Amino acid sequence: MLLKSAMNGTTLVIRVAEDRIDAAGAIQFKERMRALLETPSQRVILDLSDVHFLDSSGLGAVVAVMKLLGPERRLELSGLNSTVEKVFRLTRMDTIFTIHPALAEGLRDAG
Amino acid sequence: MLADGRLIFDPPLAAVRFVLQADPASVQLGLRQAMAVPPLSLLTDAARGDAQIVLAEVLNNVVEHAQDAPMTLASAAAGIRAGPKRAVQITLWLHLVQGQLHCWVEDGGLPMRGGIPEAGVLPDPQDLPEGGFGWHLIRSLCHGLSYRRWKNMNQLIFLIEAG
Repeated sequence: MLLKSAMNGTTLVIRVAEDRIDAAGAIQFKERMRALLETPSQRVILDLSDVHFLDSSGLGAVVAVMKLLGPERRLELSGLNSTVEKVFRLTRMDTIFTIHPALAEGLRDAG
Repeated sequence: MLADGRLIFDPPLAAVRFVLQADPASVQLGLRQAMAVPPLSLLTDAARGDAQIVLAEVLNNVVEHAQDAPMTLASAAAGIRAGPKRAVQITLWLHLVQGQLHCWVEDGGLPMRGGIPEAGVLPDPQDLPEGGFGWHLIRSLCHGLSYRRWKNMNQLIFLIEAG
């Protein structure tokens, strides 16, 4: 599970450099995210623009990562393709996350 | 193919068959392979997406529930089995007929819990659930879902709109 992280101002941007987050990779995704989130930041954007597919295990892992952040930092998402967006919408988890169409919008929108 | 508006449990010879093992890595590989060839490769992006969501959730359910001993996706991914090891084989058949993807999933694992597919009640998003989405996704994106236990096999059949 390859995740690439970089600071952009006070925002931690983590890009999932994989084409899927599914049952086979969900645990590894959570463990890698846990390590990367130790970097302090005001905001965290998880960029999913390389991710073509996410199943319910992947969705559960993204929710688990949001909980790792605690109340002071929220997990924001960007770059969901139509299939990934559909999984969030059908489960109504799109109501829980701030979802930006693309990373650029996410970085522009401070908050 | 359709009897009384429902699929019959025996796939036709023309259906494309995929054989995989009931573990997360094999499910991932099997799905990748199925997505790359007909009939799934012939579908629109939207229909392919729907099919991948439904098939992934159905196959994940088999991994979770069909083993000799209860197995969570977490323990399955970590390669940990709670009980005696026995490979459970899954066979998937797909057949595209008049804008509908006909799907058959058969496995030799334990019977489906309760003897019927779960209703798929969506957990409250405000509770930040980390699971319990699978059957809701399946039921949202397919129809004609039917299950039977037959000759020590689980057989699940359903249709996905592919037009």
